[in-house]
Parts: sequence; structure tokens; C-alpha cells
Amino acid sequence: MVIGGLESYLIVFLVMSGIFAILTLGLNLQWGLTGLFNIGIAGFFAVGAYTSAILTTVQSPDHLGGYGMPFITGILGAGALSGMIAYLIGIPTLRLKGDYLAIATIGIAETIRLVFTNESWLSNGTRGIAGIPGPLREALPHDYYNLFYLLITAAFAGLAFLFIERALHSPWGRVLRTIREDEMMAAATGKDVFHYKMQSLVAGAVIMGVAGGLYAHFIGFISPDVFKPMQFTFLIWVMLIVGGAGNNTGAVLGAVVVWGLWTGTEFLIDALELSTDYQTKAGALRIIAISIALELILLLRPEGILGETKKTSD
Amino acid sequence: MEQLIVNGIITGSIIVLGAIGLTLTYGILRFANFAHGDLMTLGAYAALTLAGMNLPFGVVFVIAMAFTAAAGILLDTVLYRPLRKRGSIVLLISSIGAALLLRNLILIIWGPRMRYYSPDIQIAYMLPFGIRIKPDEILIIGIAAALIVLVHLFLKKTRIGKAMRATADNAELAQIAGINTDRVVMWTWGIGCALAAAAGILLGMEVQLRPQMGWDILLPLFAAAILGGIGRPYGAMAGGIIIGLSQEISTAFISTAYKPAVSFAVLILVLLIRPSGIFGKEGRWS
Repeated sequence: MVIGGLESYLIVFLVMSGIFAILTLGLNLQWGLTGLFNIGIAGFFAVGAYTSAILTTVQSPDHLGGYGMPFITGILGAGALSGMIAYLIGIPTLRLKGDYLAIATIGIAETIRLVFTNESWLSNGTRGIAGIPGPLREALPHDYYNLFYLLITAAFAGLAFLFIERALHSPWGRVLRTIREDEMMAAATGKDVFHYKMQSLVAGAVIMGVAGGLYAHFIGFISPDVFKPMQFTFLIWVMLIVGGAGNNTGAVLGAVVVWGLWTGTEFLIDALELSTDYQTKAGALRIIAISIALELILLLRPEGILGETKKTSD
Repeated sequence: MEQLIVNGIITGSIIVLGAIGLTLTYGILRFANFAHGDLMTLGAYAALTLAGMNLPFGVVFVIAMAFTAAAGILLDTVLYRPLRKRGSIVLLISSIGAALLLRNLILIIWGPRMRYYSPDIQIAYMLPFGIRIKPDEILIIGIAAALIVLVHLFLKKTRIGKAMRATADNAELAQIAGINTDRVVMWTWGIGCALAAAAGILLGMEVQLRPQMGWDILLPLFAAAILGGIGRPYGAMAGGIIIGLSQEISTAFISTAYKPAVSFAVLILVLLIRPSGIFGKEGRWS
């Protein structure tokens, strides 16, 4: 089998869609199920990417590392550290109103970006970390490696999907939804609201960290620039809201559709071969378009394309 | 150290002006407006265009403030008002969209490059204790102080100012007392955004104009508003100065790059110790 140009592009697109789908699923657990407002997604993603990169790369004078651990250890470490940071953020904020979590997560995302930008010993600063290994990257030809990686990404996305789908229908998920709708009611039925929220926040962050690790091993290079906090986080939010918060299929669909539109327009802007100044402006126009799309969905179709399916019998 | 305190007061004055508007909209409309920083940027760039028309400084300042106030009221009318019933988190999401929208509109209109109000390089005055301060910086502190006095008079002396404080304190009670909430909301946006414009212009004078400038200062604004107690303009004043001072004084110990992280650290401390803020009532916001 020969992989042609178009197929090869499609494979890359699908891998990236898969990574975004994992992120959107993580957010669906936090927001769609529990109503936790996390706008520091870029931070958890970055922590995952850097952790996995540092754990798996060979010795380099430019940054911390030299552990040369296997891919799967890197991914697990990525999820673990991201979850730990979520835990620390949860302690001061989860007993308070939702907006405080929002403000704190944006703060942690910004702080994480500052750390990776300024602590050269750790992350090689703005120059980033290169040469991040991938499973069988050396053994397979480029396109087949991407195809193989697509399978890995799909497996992780499937795992995240099944986990949250299970959660949706479990007693645990029912408590989370009750907290989302009415915290007082959940507390009145004797549920420890703080701990349930914490579990959801941490589990979501673990999923986001894993997505970060997957990204690092796929691209092979990361730098703080990749994680422009707000734009990136906003994109994930748009994916979930477009697809339908609370609906896992919607989350995956939203990720694929929005990522398709996003890279499609980027491709288009590149193809026009504009001057740099106009390219920046065209990029800005793209963000304006997606912001307007979000506002229109919020105003006109708040449930998204699919929306949440009712769990109760009529 | 004396120099750092002076720098802290300069940064603090800018943060105060931004934080008063943020805390008022937060307290009265009950949502965290993430577009507040970008409204600051809008005011700063509006002033840039006006300054290009060779208008006197005072006129530029006032028109830019009025323009930004109008922009804020417009934003509320088309976007926030229809979403108001759907709760604070939906408003918060839409405000992030509005923030990105504004920032990128600014980028398209005025371009991504850094801009300056004046190309001149200012010579700093030398004061006792080895303190250096530029004429612009004296102006920043002076304008901020004057505006704070005006805000104080507005809140204490005018009917609408009193109504605003009452609504921020307890919206239901204010409504029962016959306060016209719609009018209060409009004035809140007007005052909040006019002050945001002033803060943006002063920030542009102190550093330079970039489309990202307002967004980058949003975290310190929130830290100041929460530190002072949400919905408490006087708290925001104290909070702004404290955040400004801690950001600048921190540079004696850690890299200046971490200034935004310092306000984040203060924010987390406040949330841990006293989430209602220094001047807030205990238990209201938890």
C-alpha cells in the first residue's frame, strides 16, 4: 500500500482531530458533566506535553532530561503531573463560586507558560524541546509512522470516550450532574460536593495532560509558542459548545468539525500567499469569525449540534 | 527599594482604574467580564487615533473615555443582555468570545505592531533617595488620583452612584427599594468602560500600545478586584495598589518576567485565606 499526498494529509488531520477530541472529552467531563469552568486547558496540555518530552528524550545540555523512558511512561507521567496541578488549583477554588475557578485556571495557565518560557534549564525557554521520540518512529517510514500513530491516538481517544460514557451512566456521573444543576441539592442529599468536583476536575486534567503528551510525541517538537493560552483554550471550548456540552459524541464531532474549519481556513490563508502583515490580519479575521460563531450558538442554539440526551425516563 | 515602591504606585494606579470598572460590573451584573482588559485596549487605541488628529490631550482623553463607554453599552445591549437570564457562566463564556473579537478587531484596524503616543524620549527627574520618575509617570499618578476622587464623589453624592452601590451590595433589596436596575446597568457599563479607557491610555503612556496589552493585565485586575472584595470600588482601589506594589517589589527577588504570576499568587492566597476579600462581607461569595 502506498500512501498518497492527500491520504497523508488526511492522516495528519485525523491524528490532530483525535488529540483535540481527547481534550474536548476532558473538558466535557469537567464542564459538560460537572459544570466546572476550566479556562486553563492550554496549561494542562502544556504540562502534559513538557512532562512527556522531558521523561522520554535523551540527554541534552539544553534542558532537563536524559531519562530516555518509554513512550507509555511519558504519557502516564503527563497525565499524573497535569492531574496533580489540577488538584492544587482545586483546593482554594472548588468551595467557591464557579467564576473563581475560571480566574484561577487562567492564572495557572499563564504561570505555566511563564515557567516554560523563562526557565531554560527546564525547558530550553522559547527555543523549545526538539527530538522528542515516538514509538517506532525510527523503524517505520514517515507516513506509516503517522498511520500507526493515528491508531495510538484513536485508542486513547476511545479510552477517554468509554471512561466518560461509563461515568455518564454511573451513579458517580449522576452526582456530578446534580452538582452541575444544583449544588445545594447535591449537598442536601449528603454528597460531599467538594470531593466530587475535585475528582471531576482532576480526571479531566489527567485526560488533557495525556493529550498534551500525545501531541508532543506526534510533532516531535514543542515550544511555549504552541500553547498560546487563550486562543488554544478558546478553540477547545468552541469545539465542545458547537458539538453539544454533556454529549460525548457531540464533543468528538465538535472537535473534528471545528478543527477541520480551523486548519482549512489556515490552509486557505497560506495558499493566498499574502504579505506577512496581511497574513496576521487574515489570522485575526479567522478568530473574529470563530468568536462570532460562538456568540451566535450561545444566543440561538445553546445546546450545540447534538446537545445532551435526557437520562431520565419521561 | 524606594524606586520599586514608586514603580508599584504607578502600576497600581493603572490597575486601580481598571479594577474599579471590573469590580462594578462583577458586583452589579454578577459575572466576571473577561472582555474588560480588551475594552482598555480599545480606549487606548481610540486615543491614539484622536491624538493623531492633533487634538489637545484633555479632549483626547475625554472622547476616548466616552467612545469606550458607548462601546461597552453596545456590547451589553447586543450580547450580554440577551444572555443575562442564562446565568453567570454563559455570560463568562460569551465575554471571552467578546474579548477575542475586540482584540482581533483592534489588530485588524490598527495593526499588530507596537505603537507609541509620542516618539520622544522623556528625561526622568531625579528625586531624593535616588528615585527617578518621568514626567509622564507623574501625569499617570495625577490623572488616576483625580479620577478616583471623581468616582468617589459620583458614588457618594449622586443618586445613580448610590443606586449603583446599593445594587452591588444587594440586587434584590435594591430592586425592592424601587431602584431602576436597567438604568443602573447602563451607568455601570458607562462608568466602568470609561475608567477602563483611562486605564488603557495610562498603560499606553507607561509602556506601549499592543493589541494584547489589555488582556495581559487582566489577571492583575481580577486579583485586585477579588482582593478588595467583589463589587466594592473602594476595595478595588486598595487592591490595585497592593497588587501594583507586590508586582514591582517582587522584581527585587525574582525575574521581572514573573510579574503576572505574582498577582496570581496573591490571588490564590486571598482565595485560601479570605475569599470575600479584605473589604467584602464574610460568606457572601462562597
